[in-house]
Amino acid sequence: MAHLLFLVFSVFSAVCAAGIVLSRNSVNAAMFLLLSLLGIAGLFVSLDAFLLAFLLLLVYAGAVVALFVFIVMLLDTGGGTSPARSLVAKLAGLVALALIAAGLGSFALRGRLAAPGAAGIPAVGASLKAYAYQLFTLYLLPVEIVGFLLLITMIGVIVLSRKEEGNP
Amino acid sequence: MDVFLNLPVLVQVALKGLAVICVMFPIAGACSMAERKVSAWIQSRPGPNRTILPVFRWVPVVGPFLQKLGAFQLAADGLKFLFKEEIVPGQVNRLYFILAPVIAMIPALSTVTFVPFGASIDHAGRVFPLMLANVDVGLLAVFAVASLGIYSIILAGWASNSKYPFLGAMRASAQLVSYELSLTLSVLPVFLWINAPGTAGTMSLAKAVEFQSQAGFWGGAWFIITMPVSALVFIIALFAETNRQPFDMPESESDLVGGFHTEYGAFKWALFFVAEYSNMIVGSGVFVLLFLGGWNPIPWVSLATLAGWLGIAGHPVLVGAISILIFIGKILAMLFFFMWVRWTVPRFRYDQVMEIGWKKLLPLAIANLVVYAIGIALIQK
Repeated sequence: MAHLLFLVFSVFSAVCAAGIVLSRNSVNAAMFLLLSLLGIAGLFVSLDAFLLAFLLLLVYAGAVVALFVFIVMLLDTGGGTSPARSLVAKLAGLVALALIAAGLGSFALRGRLAAPGAAGIPAVGASLKAYAYQLFTLYLLPVEIVGFLLLITMIGVIVLSRKEEGNP
Repeated sequence: MDVFLNLPVLVQVALKGLAVICVMFPIAGACSMAERKVSAWIQSRPGPNRTILPVFRWVPVVGPFLQKLGAFQLAADGLKFLFKEEIVPGQVNRLYFILAPVIAMIPALSTVTFVPFGASIDHAGRVFPLMLANVDVGLLAVFAVASLGIYSIILAGWASNSKYPFLGAMRASAQLVSYELSLTLSVLPVFLWINAPGTAGTMSLAKAVEFQSQAGFWGGAWFIITMPVSALVFIIALFAETNRQPFDMPESESDLVGGFHTEYGAFKWALFFVAEYSNMIVGSGVFVLLFLGGWNPIPWVSLATLAGWLGIAGHPVLVGAISILIFIGKILAMLFFFMWVRWTVPRFRYDQVMEIGWKKLLPLAIANLVVYAIGIALIQK
Protein backbone atom coordinates (compact mmCIF):
# COMPACT_ATOMS: atom_id res chain seq x y z
CA MET A 1 0.00 0.00 0.00
CA ALA A 2 2.72 2.48 1.02
CA HIS A 3 4.81 1.47 -1.97
CA LEU A 4 1.85 1.98 -4.31
CA LEU A 5 1.10 5.41 -2.79
CA PHE A 6 4.76 6.40 -3.21
CA LEU A 7 4.63 5.42 -6.89
CA VAL A 8 1.33 7.23 -7.49
CA PHE A 9 2.42 10.46 -5.81
CA SER A 10 5.90 10.56 -7.33
CA VAL A 11 4.68 9.87 -10.87
CA PHE A 12 1.91 12.43 -10.37
CA SER A 13 4.25 15.19 -9.26
CA ALA A 14 6.83 14.35 -11.93
CA VAL A 15 4.19 14.48 -14.68
CA CYS A 16 2.86 17.78 -13.32
CA ALA A 17 6.40 19.16 -13.14
CA ALA A 18 6.81 18.34 -16.82
CA GLY A 19 3.48 20.06 -17.39
CA ILE A 20 4.82 23.27 -15.80
CA VAL A 21 7.65 23.45 -18.33
CA LEU A 22 5.68 22.32 -21.36
CA SER A 23 2.45 24.32 -21.04
CA ARG A 24 2.48 27.56 -23.00
CA ASN A 25 -0.39 29.14 -21.10
CA SER A 26 1.02 30.65 -17.93
CA VAL A 27 -2.12 30.01 -15.83
CA ASN A 28 -1.98 26.32 -16.81
CA ALA A 29 1.68 26.25 -15.79
CA ALA A 30 0.84 27.73 -12.38
CA MET A 31 -1.93 25.16 -11.88
CA PHE A 32 0.50 22.36 -12.77
CA LEU A 33 2.91 23.78 -10.18
CA LEU A 34 0.11 23.64 -7.63
CA LEU A 35 -0.70 20.01 -8.50
CA SER A 36 2.97 19.08 -8.39
CA LEU A 37 3.25 20.59 -4.89
CA LEU A 38 0.16 18.64 -3.82
CA GLY A 39 1.85 15.45 -5.04
CA ILE A 40 4.98 16.25 -3.02
CA ALA A 41 2.83 16.95 0.05
CA GLY A 42 1.29 13.51 -0.50
CA LEU A 43 4.80 12.02 -0.55
CA PHE A 44 5.57 13.71 2.77
CA VAL A 45 2.35 12.35 4.27
CA SER A 46 3.21 8.84 3.13
CA LEU A 47 6.56 9.31 4.93
CA ASP A 48 4.65 10.31 8.12
CA ALA A 49 6.13 13.81 7.92
CA PHE A 50 2.77 15.53 8.49
CA LEU A 51 4.29 18.80 9.62
CA LEU A 52 6.37 19.19 6.45
CA ALA A 53 3.39 18.25 4.29
CA PHE A 54 1.09 20.84 5.85
CA LEU A 55 3.76 23.55 5.92
CA LEU A 56 4.38 22.92 2.23
CA LEU A 57 0.66 23.31 1.57
CA LEU A 58 0.32 26.39 3.76
CA VAL A 59 3.33 28.31 2.51
CA TYR A 60 3.89 27.21 -1.07
CA ALA A 61 0.55 25.91 -2.33
CA GLY A 62 -1.57 28.33 -0.30
CA ALA A 63 0.41 31.55 -0.59
CA VAL A 64 3.36 31.48 -3.01
CA VAL A 65 1.56 29.91 -5.98
CA ALA A 66 -1.47 32.13 -5.25
CA LEU A 67 0.82 35.13 -5.63
CA PHE A 68 2.26 33.65 -8.83
CA VAL A 69 -1.26 33.41 -10.26
CA PHE A 70 -1.94 36.94 -8.99
CA ILE A 71 1.10 38.28 -10.85
CA VAL A 72 0.29 36.28 -14.00
CA MET A 73 -3.22 37.70 -14.03
CA LEU A 74 -2.01 41.21 -13.25
CA LEU A 75 0.53 41.28 -16.09
CA ASP A 76 -1.42 39.42 -18.73
CA THR A 77 -5.15 39.22 -18.20
CA GLY A 78 -5.66 36.71 -20.98
CA GLY A 79 -3.34 34.29 -19.24
CA GLY A 80 -1.90 34.32 -22.75
CA THR A 81 0.58 32.23 -24.64
CA SER A 82 4.25 33.08 -24.70
CA PRO A 83 5.56 34.88 -27.83
CA ALA A 84 7.70 33.12 -30.42
CA ARG A 85 11.27 32.63 -29.18
CA SER A 86 14.29 34.30 -30.71
CA LEU A 87 17.12 32.38 -32.39
CA VAL A 88 19.46 32.92 -29.40
CA ALA A 89 16.85 31.50 -27.00
CA LYS A 90 16.36 28.47 -29.22
CA LEU A 91 20.12 27.87 -29.38
CA ALA A 92 20.45 28.25 -25.60
CA GLY A 93 17.58 25.78 -25.17
CA LEU A 94 19.32 23.28 -27.44
CA VAL A 95 22.60 23.63 -25.51
CA ALA A 96 20.79 23.16 -22.19
CA LEU A 97 18.97 20.10 -23.55
CA ALA A 98 22.27 18.63 -24.77
CA LEU A 99 23.85 19.23 -21.35
CA ILE A 100 20.93 17.56 -19.53
CA ALA A 101 21.02 14.63 -21.96
CA ALA A 102 24.79 14.26 -21.48
CA GLY A 103 24.39 14.39 -17.70
CA LEU A 104 21.58 11.84 -17.64
CA GLY A 105 23.43 9.62 -20.11
CA SER A 106 26.65 9.58 -18.13
CA PHE A 107 24.68 8.93 -14.97
CA ALA A 108 22.82 6.03 -16.58
CA LEU A 109 26.06 4.56 -17.95
CA ARG A 110 28.45 4.97 -15.06
CA GLY A 111 26.77 6.68 -12.14
CA ARG A 112 25.75 5.09 -8.90
CA LEU A 113 23.44 6.47 -6.23
CA ALA A 114 25.17 5.76 -2.94
CA ALA A 115 22.28 5.50 -0.51
CA PRO A 116 23.38 6.77 2.88
CA GLY A 117 23.10 4.05 5.49
CA ALA A 118 20.29 4.35 7.98
CA ALA A 119 22.93 4.77 10.69
CA GLY A 120 24.28 7.87 8.98
CA ILE A 121 21.00 9.79 9.31
CA PRO A 122 20.42 11.20 12.78
CA ALA A 123 17.05 9.99 14.07
CA VAL A 124 15.33 13.07 15.44
CA GLY A 125 11.75 12.03 14.84
CA ALA A 126 8.98 13.78 12.94
CA SER A 127 7.28 15.44 15.90
CA LEU A 128 6.77 19.16 16.15
CA LYS A 129 9.20 19.37 19.05
CA ALA A 130 11.95 17.53 17.17
CA TYR A 131 11.77 19.98 14.27
CA ALA A 132 11.72 22.99 16.56
CA TYR A 133 14.68 21.68 18.57
CA GLN A 134 16.76 21.11 15.44
CA LEU A 135 15.87 24.52 14.01
CA PHE A 136 16.89 26.34 17.17
CA THR A 137 20.10 24.39 17.84
CA LEU A 138 21.92 22.70 14.94
CA TYR A 139 20.40 24.77 12.13
CA LEU A 140 20.13 28.11 13.91
CA LEU A 141 22.69 29.87 11.71
CA PRO A 142 21.16 28.83 8.33
CA VAL A 143 17.70 29.80 9.60
CA GLU A 144 18.94 33.20 10.71
CA ILE A 145 20.78 33.75 7.41
CA VAL A 146 17.66 32.87 5.38
CA GLY A 147 15.59 35.18 7.56
CA PHE A 148 18.10 37.98 6.99
CA LEU A 149 18.00 37.37 3.24
CA LEU A 150 14.21 37.67 3.27
CA LEU A 151 14.49 40.90 5.26
CA ILE A 152 16.90 42.32 2.66
CA THR A 153 14.47 41.34 -0.11
CA MET A 154 11.59 42.97 1.71
CA ILE A 155 13.49 46.24 2.23
CA GLY A 156 14.61 46.14 -1.40
CA VAL A 157 11.03 45.77 -2.62
CA ILE A 158 9.88 48.67 -0.46
CA VAL A 159 12.70 50.90 -1.72
CA LEU A 160 12.11 49.98 -5.36
CA SER A 161 8.35 50.38 -5.25
CA ARG A 162 8.35 53.66 -3.32
CA LYS A 163 7.07 56.61 -5.30
CA GLU A 164 9.24 59.73 -5.38
CA GLU A 165 7.74 62.91 -3.94
CA GLY A 166 6.00 64.88 -6.65
CA ASN A 167 6.91 62.27 -9.26
CA PRO A 168 4.26 59.55 -9.01
CA MET B 1 -17.56 1.11 16.93
CA ASP B 2 -15.66 -2.14 16.43
CA VAL B 3 -17.90 -2.99 13.48
CA PHE B 4 -16.85 0.27 11.83
CA LEU B 5 -13.14 -0.25 12.51
CA ASN B 6 -13.28 -3.74 10.99
CA LEU B 7 -14.46 -2.42 7.62
CA PRO B 8 -11.88 -2.03 4.82
CA VAL B 9 -10.03 1.30 4.93
CA LEU B 10 -11.52 2.56 1.67
CA VAL B 11 -15.07 1.87 2.88
CA GLN B 12 -14.34 3.71 6.13
CA VAL B 13 -13.01 6.68 4.16
CA ALA B 14 -16.05 6.68 1.89
CA LEU B 15 -18.44 6.53 4.86
CA LYS B 16 -16.65 9.41 6.59
CA GLY B 17 -16.76 11.47 3.42
CA LEU B 18 -20.46 10.75 2.99
CA ALA B 19 -21.08 11.76 6.60
CA VAL B 20 -19.33 15.10 6.03
CA ILE B 21 -21.44 15.80 2.94
CA CYS B 22 -24.68 14.74 4.65
CA VAL B 23 -23.99 17.03 7.62
CA MET B 24 -22.47 20.06 5.90
CA PHE B 25 -24.86 20.49 2.96
CA PRO B 26 -28.07 20.76 5.03
CA ILE B 27 -26.39 23.00 7.63
CA ALA B 28 -25.05 25.27 4.89
CA GLY B 29 -28.50 25.40 3.31
CA ALA B 30 -30.08 26.20 6.65
CA CYS B 31 -27.49 28.94 7.11
CA SER B 32 -28.49 30.68 3.88
CA MET B 33 -32.08 30.46 5.12
CA ALA B 34 -31.20 31.78 8.57
CA GLU B 35 -29.20 34.57 6.97
CA ARG B 36 -32.33 35.88 5.24
CA LYS B 37 -34.46 35.58 8.35
CA VAL B 38 -31.88 37.19 10.66
CA SER B 39 -31.33 40.04 8.20
CA ALA B 40 -35.10 40.54 8.11
CA TRP B 41 -35.37 40.69 11.89
CA ILE B 42 -32.47 43.13 12.11
CA GLN B 43 -34.08 45.36 9.48
CA SER B 44 -37.62 45.04 10.97
CA ARG B 45 -38.98 43.13 7.98
CA PRO B 46 -40.95 39.87 8.12
CA GLY B 47 -38.55 38.05 5.77
CA PRO B 48 -39.53 34.94 3.82
CA ASN B 49 -42.96 33.90 5.20
CA ARG B 50 -45.05 32.57 2.29
CA THR B 51 -43.63 29.20 1.24
CA ILE B 52 -45.45 26.15 2.56
CA LEU B 53 -45.90 22.53 1.57
CA PRO B 54 -49.58 21.84 0.74
CA VAL B 55 -49.72 19.08 3.36
CA PHE B 56 -48.79 21.46 6.16
CA ARG B 57 -51.45 24.00 5.14
CA TRP B 58 -54.08 22.02 7.04
CA VAL B 59 -52.01 21.39 10.19
CA PRO B 60 -53.51 23.82 12.74
CA VAL B 61 -50.88 25.66 14.83
CA VAL B 62 -47.63 24.15 13.57
CA GLY B 63 -48.27 24.80 9.87
CA PRO B 64 -48.73 28.58 10.05
CA PHE B 65 -45.87 28.82 12.56
CA LEU B 66 -43.44 27.05 10.21
CA GLN B 67 -44.77 29.17 7.33
CA LYS B 68 -44.13 32.41 9.23
CA LEU B 69 -40.66 31.11 10.14
CA GLY B 70 -39.91 30.48 6.47
CA ALA B 71 -38.86 26.90 7.19
CA PHE B 72 -39.88 25.64 3.75
CA GLN B 73 -38.02 28.36 1.89
CA LEU B 74 -34.91 26.21 2.33
CA ALA B 75 -36.39 23.39 0.23
CA ALA B 76 -37.75 25.84 -2.33
CA ASP B 77 -34.36 27.53 -2.74
CA GLY B 78 -32.52 24.24 -2.98
CA LEU B 79 -34.87 22.92 -5.65
CA LYS B 80 -34.64 26.18 -7.54
CA PHE B 81 -30.85 25.90 -7.78
CA LEU B 82 -31.16 22.30 -8.87
CA PHE B 83 -33.68 22.89 -11.66
CA LYS B 84 -32.44 26.19 -13.03
CA GLU B 85 -30.79 26.09 -16.44
CA GLU B 86 -27.02 25.68 -16.20
CA ILE B 87 -25.64 28.48 -18.32
CA VAL B 88 -22.00 28.67 -19.40
CA PRO B 89 -21.44 32.11 -20.96
CA GLY B 90 -19.72 32.17 -24.34
CA GLN B 91 -16.63 34.18 -23.43
CA VAL B 92 -15.41 32.03 -20.55
CA ASN B 93 -12.59 29.53 -20.28
CA ARG B 94 -14.82 26.46 -20.00
CA LEU B 95 -12.46 24.13 -18.13
CA TYR B 96 -11.58 26.51 -15.29
CA PHE B 97 -15.09 28.02 -15.21
CA ILE B 98 -16.62 24.64 -14.42
CA LEU B 99 -13.71 23.54 -12.24
CA ALA B 100 -13.77 26.60 -9.94
CA PRO B 101 -16.94 25.75 -7.92
CA VAL B 102 -15.72 22.17 -7.57
CA ILE B 103 -12.36 23.38 -6.28
CA ALA B 104 -14.25 25.56 -3.79
CA MET B 105 -15.92 22.50 -2.30
CA ILE B 106 -12.78 20.37 -1.83
CA PRO B 107 -10.98 22.36 0.89
CA ALA B 108 -14.28 23.50 2.42
CA LEU B 109 -15.36 19.92 3.07
CA SER B 110 -11.96 18.35 3.80
CA THR B 111 -11.12 20.76 6.63
CA VAL B 112 -14.13 19.37 8.51
CA THR B 113 -12.28 16.10 9.05
CA PHE B 114 -9.58 17.77 11.16
CA VAL B 115 -11.98 19.48 13.58
CA PRO B 116 -12.94 17.54 16.71
CA PHE B 117 -16.69 18.01 17.21
CA GLY B 118 -17.20 16.52 20.63
CA ALA B 119 -15.69 14.41 23.36
CA SER B 120 -16.66 11.48 25.43
CA ILE B 121 -15.49 9.98 28.70
CA ASP B 122 -14.76 6.28 28.84
CA HIS B 123 -15.30 4.10 31.89
CA ALA B 124 -11.82 4.81 33.20
CA GLY B 125 -12.67 8.53 33.33
CA ARG B 126 -10.39 9.54 30.45
CA VAL B 127 -11.68 12.18 28.03
CA PHE B 128 -11.21 11.32 24.36
CA PRO B 129 -12.12 13.61 21.44
CA LEU B 130 -14.54 12.61 18.68
CA MET B 131 -13.13 13.46 15.27
CA LEU B 132 -12.75 11.99 11.80
CA ALA B 133 -8.98 12.27 11.34
CA ASN B 134 -6.89 12.53 14.48
CA VAL B 135 -3.65 14.19 13.42
CA ASP B 136 -1.21 15.76 15.83
CA VAL B 137 -0.88 18.91 13.71
CA GLY B 138 -4.65 19.52 13.71
CA LEU B 139 -4.74 23.30 13.54
CA LEU B 140 -1.95 23.50 10.97
CA ALA B 141 -3.84 20.98 8.82
CA VAL B 142 -6.99 23.13 8.93
CA PHE B 143 -5.05 26.28 7.99
CA ALA B 144 -3.08 24.53 5.24
CA VAL B 145 -6.06 22.92 3.53
CA ALA B 146 -8.27 25.99 3.98
CA SER B 147 -5.61 28.16 2.33
CA LEU B 148 -6.20 26.23 -0.91
CA GLY B 149 -9.74 27.64 -1.10
CA ILE B 150 -8.33 30.83 -2.60
CA TYR B 151 -7.83 29.11 -5.97
CA SER B 152 -11.54 28.67 -6.52
CA ILE B 153 -12.07 32.44 -6.30
CA ILE B 154 -9.02 33.30 -8.40
CA LEU B 155 -9.90 30.77 -11.09
CA ALA B 156 -13.57 31.74 -11.11
CA GLY B 157 -12.67 35.39 -11.58
CA TRP B 158 -10.06 34.73 -14.22
CA ALA B 159 -12.01 32.12 -16.19
CA SER B 160 -15.10 34.37 -16.35
CA ASN B 161 -13.09 36.59 -18.71
CA SER B 162 -14.96 39.74 -17.77
CA LYS B 163 -14.03 42.87 -15.84
CA TYR B 164 -15.95 42.65 -12.55
CA PRO B 165 -15.22 39.01 -11.73
CA PHE B 166 -11.58 39.68 -12.55
CA LEU B 167 -11.42 42.62 -10.12
CA GLY B 168 -13.08 40.48 -7.47
CA ALA B 169 -10.49 37.74 -7.95
CA MET B 170 -7.60 40.20 -7.70
CA ARG B 171 -9.00 41.61 -4.47
CA ALA B 172 -9.56 38.13 -3.07
CA SER B 173 -6.05 36.93 -3.71
CA ALA B 174 -4.48 39.98 -2.06
CA GLN B 175 -6.91 39.98 0.87
CA LEU B 176 -6.75 36.30 1.75
CA VAL B 177 -2.95 36.15 1.69
CA SER B 178 -2.71 39.32 3.81
CA TYR B 179 -5.03 38.18 6.57
CA GLU B 180 -3.61 34.65 6.74
CA LEU B 181 -0.55 36.13 8.49
CA SER B 182 -2.57 37.71 11.32
CA LEU B 183 -4.72 34.58 11.61
CA THR B 184 -1.70 32.33 12.09
CA LEU B 185 0.13 34.72 14.44
CA SER B 186 -2.93 35.20 16.65
CA VAL B 187 -3.13 31.53 17.66
CA LEU B 188 0.55 31.17 18.52
CA PRO B 189 0.18 32.40 22.15
CA VAL B 190 -2.41 29.67 22.74
CA PHE B 191 -0.02 26.97 21.59
CA LEU B 192 2.95 28.55 23.40
CA TRP B 193 0.92 28.16 26.57
CA ILE B 194 -0.22 24.60 25.79
CA ASN B 195 3.26 23.36 24.87
CA ALA B 196 4.77 23.95 28.29
CA PRO B 197 8.39 22.82 28.80
CA GLY B 198 8.64 19.07 29.26
CA THR B 199 5.50 18.19 27.30
CA ALA B 200 5.47 16.63 23.85
CA GLY B 201 4.88 19.37 21.27
CA THR B 202 1.43 19.43 19.73
CA MET B 203 -0.82 21.55 17.52
CA SER B 204 -3.88 19.45 18.30
CA LEU B 205 -7.19 21.27 18.68
CA ALA B 206 -8.46 18.70 21.17
CA LYS B 207 -5.44 19.45 23.39
CA ALA B 208 -6.46 23.12 23.42
CA VAL B 209 -9.87 22.18 24.81
CA GLU B 210 -8.28 19.88 27.35
CA PHE B 211 -6.30 22.84 28.66
CA GLN B 212 -9.48 24.85 29.15
CA SER B 213 -11.16 22.12 31.20
CA GLN B 214 -8.70 21.82 34.07
CA ALA B 215 -9.51 22.47 37.71
CA GLY B 216 -8.82 25.78 39.43
CA PHE B 217 -9.37 29.40 38.44
CA TRP B 218 -6.68 29.62 35.71
CA GLY B 219 -7.17 26.05 34.56
CA GLY B 220 -10.87 26.45 33.88
CA ALA B 221 -10.71 29.91 32.30
CA TRP B 222 -11.36 29.87 28.58
CA PHE B 223 -8.65 31.35 26.41
CA ILE B 224 -10.92 34.21 25.40
CA ILE B 225 -10.64 35.36 29.02
CA THR B 226 -6.90 34.88 29.35
CA MET B 227 -5.99 35.91 25.79
CA PRO B 228 -8.61 38.41 24.64
CA VAL B 229 -6.37 40.15 22.07
CA SER B 230 -5.59 36.84 20.35
CA ALA B 231 -9.30 36.09 20.17
CA LEU B 232 -10.05 39.54 18.74
CA VAL B 233 -7.36 39.32 16.05
CA PHE B 234 -8.42 35.78 15.20
CA ILE B 235 -12.09 36.65 14.78
CA ILE B 236 -11.35 39.72 12.61
CA ALA B 237 -8.97 37.72 10.42
CA LEU B 238 -11.58 34.96 10.24
CA PHE B 239 -14.16 37.41 8.87
CA ALA B 240 -11.65 38.43 6.21
CA GLU B 241 -10.68 34.85 5.36
CA THR B 242 -14.28 33.75 4.91
CA ASN B 243 -15.11 36.82 2.77
CA ARG B 244 -17.82 37.91 5.15
CA GLN B 245 -18.99 41.45 5.46
CA PRO B 246 -17.44 43.89 6.36
CA PHE B 247 -14.62 42.20 4.41
CA ASP B 248 -16.50 40.83 1.40
CA MET B 249 -14.31 42.63 -1.12
CA PRO B 250 -14.28 39.76 -3.67
CA GLU B 251 -18.01 40.06 -4.26
CA SER B 252 -18.99 43.51 -2.97
CA GLU B 253 -22.31 43.87 -4.78
CA SER B 254 -22.46 47.65 -4.75
CA ASP B 255 -19.31 48.17 -6.81
CA LEU B 256 -18.58 44.82 -8.49
CA VAL B 257 -22.10 43.51 -9.31
CA GLY B 258 -21.38 40.07 -7.84
CA GLY B 259 -17.61 40.01 -7.86
CA PHE B 260 -16.03 36.69 -8.71
CA HIS B 261 -19.38 34.93 -9.18
CA THR B 262 -21.03 37.51 -11.45
CA GLU B 263 -21.09 35.09 -14.39
CA TYR B 264 -22.27 32.10 -12.36
CA GLY B 265 -25.79 30.85 -11.88
CA ALA B 266 -27.84 27.87 -10.76
CA PHE B 267 -26.06 25.01 -9.04
CA LYS B 268 -22.52 26.23 -9.71
CA TRP B 269 -23.37 29.44 -7.87
CA ALA B 270 -24.93 27.46 -5.04
CA LEU B 271 -21.72 25.44 -4.63
CA PHE B 272 -19.78 28.66 -3.96
CA PHE B 273 -22.24 29.46 -1.21
CA VAL B 274 -22.20 26.04 0.36
CA ALA B 275 -18.39 26.38 0.39
CA GLU B 276 -18.59 29.82 1.99
CA TYR B 277 -20.92 28.66 4.75
CA SER B 278 -18.88 25.50 5.21
CA ASN B 279 -15.77 27.64 5.70
CA MET B 280 -17.69 29.75 8.21
CA ILE B 281 -18.77 26.65 10.12
CA VAL B 282 -15.24 25.24 10.25
CA GLY B 283 -13.82 28.66 11.18
CA SER B 284 -16.35 29.09 13.97
CA GLY B 285 -15.56 25.54 15.11
CA VAL B 286 -11.86 26.34 15.37
CA PHE B 287 -12.64 29.58 17.23
CA VAL B 288 -14.91 27.73 19.67
CA LEU B 289 -12.26 25.06 20.27
CA LEU B 290 -9.42 27.51 20.78
CA PHE B 291 -11.06 30.33 22.67
CA LEU B 292 -14.56 29.33 23.82
CA GLY B 293 -13.78 26.10 25.65
CA GLY B 294 -14.89 23.65 22.97
CA TRP B 295 -17.42 21.23 24.44
CA ASN B 296 -17.25 22.60 27.99
CA PRO B 297 -20.65 24.13 28.84
CA ILE B 298 -19.57 27.34 30.62
CA PRO B 299 -16.22 28.70 31.89
CA TRP B 300 -14.87 26.88 34.96
CA VAL B 301 -17.33 23.98 34.46
CA SER B 302 -15.84 21.14 32.41
CA LEU B 303 -17.71 18.45 30.53
CA ALA B 304 -16.70 15.88 33.16
CA THR B 305 -18.15 18.05 35.94
CA LEU B 306 -21.39 18.50 34.02
CA ALA B 307 -21.62 14.75 33.46
CA GLY B 308 -21.15 14.27 37.20
CA TRP B 309 -23.98 16.72 37.98
CA LEU B 310 -26.34 15.07 35.52
CA GLY B 311 -25.43 11.62 36.83
CA ILE B 312 -24.44 10.24 33.41
CA ALA B 313 -20.71 9.96 34.05
CA GLY B 314 -20.63 6.25 33.24
CA HIS B 315 -22.36 6.47 29.84
CA PRO B 316 -19.85 7.34 27.06
CA VAL B 317 -22.57 7.61 24.39
CA LEU B 318 -24.76 10.01 26.41
CA VAL B 319 -21.79 12.19 27.37
CA GLY B 320 -20.67 12.21 23.73
CA ALA B 321 -24.13 13.28 22.56
CA ILE B 322 -24.27 16.10 25.11
CA SER B 323 -20.78 17.32 24.20
CA ILE B 324 -21.73 17.39 20.50
CA LEU B 325 -24.91 19.34 21.35
CA ILE B 326 -22.93 21.89 23.37
CA PHE B 327 -20.35 22.26 20.60
CA ILE B 328 -22.96 22.67 17.87
CA GLY B 329 -24.87 25.16 20.04
CA LYS B 330 -21.73 27.29 20.33
CA ILE B 331 -21.12 27.08 16.58
CA LEU B 332 -24.70 28.21 15.90
CA ALA B 333 -24.17 31.15 18.25
CA MET B 334 -21.01 32.04 16.33
CA LEU B 335 -22.87 31.79 13.00
CA PHE B 336 -25.51 34.13 14.38
CA PHE B 337 -22.69 36.50 15.35
CA PHE B 338 -21.38 36.37 11.77
CA MET B 339 -24.83 37.32 10.44
CA TRP B 340 -25.36 39.95 13.11
CA VAL B 341 -22.12 41.67 12.12
CA ARG B 342 -22.95 41.38 8.42
CA TRP B 343 -26.23 43.25 8.79
CA THR B 344 -24.88 45.83 11.24
CA VAL B 345 -21.47 46.99 10.01
CA PRO B 346 -21.09 48.64 6.58
CA ARG B 347 -18.54 47.29 4.11
CA PHE B 348 -14.98 48.65 4.15
CA ARG B 349 -13.38 50.22 1.12
CA TYR B 350 -10.65 48.11 -0.42
CA ASP B 351 -7.79 50.39 0.68
CA GLN B 352 -9.21 50.32 4.21
CA VAL B 353 -9.16 46.52 4.17
CA MET B 354 -5.49 46.51 3.21
CA GLU B 355 -4.67 49.19 5.77
CA ILE B 356 -6.44 47.34 8.58
CA GLY B 357 -4.72 44.10 7.61
CA TRP B 358 -1.15 45.30 7.29
CA LYS B 359 -0.93 48.42 9.46
CA LYS B 360 -3.24 47.57 12.35
CA LEU B 361 -4.00 43.86 12.69
CA LEU B 362 -0.53 42.49 11.87
CA PRO B 363 1.39 44.78 14.30
CA LEU B 364 -1.25 44.05 16.95
CA ALA B 365 -0.83 40.30 16.42
CA ILE B 366 2.98 40.55 16.59
CA ALA B 367 2.90 42.73 19.73
CA ASN B 368 0.42 40.34 21.33
CA LEU B 369 2.69 37.40 20.50
CA VAL B 370 5.80 39.10 21.96
CA VAL B 371 4.01 40.12 25.18
CA TYR B 372 2.55 36.66 25.72
CA ALA B 373 5.83 34.94 24.81
CA ILE B 374 7.64 36.93 27.52
CA GLY B 375 4.82 36.40 30.02
CA ILE B 376 4.57 32.66 29.36
CA ALA B 377 8.35 32.29 29.59
CA LEU B 378 8.30 33.99 33.01
CA ILE B 379 5.35 31.91 34.31
CA GLN B 380 6.49 28.53 33.03
CA LYS B 381 10.17 29.05 33.92
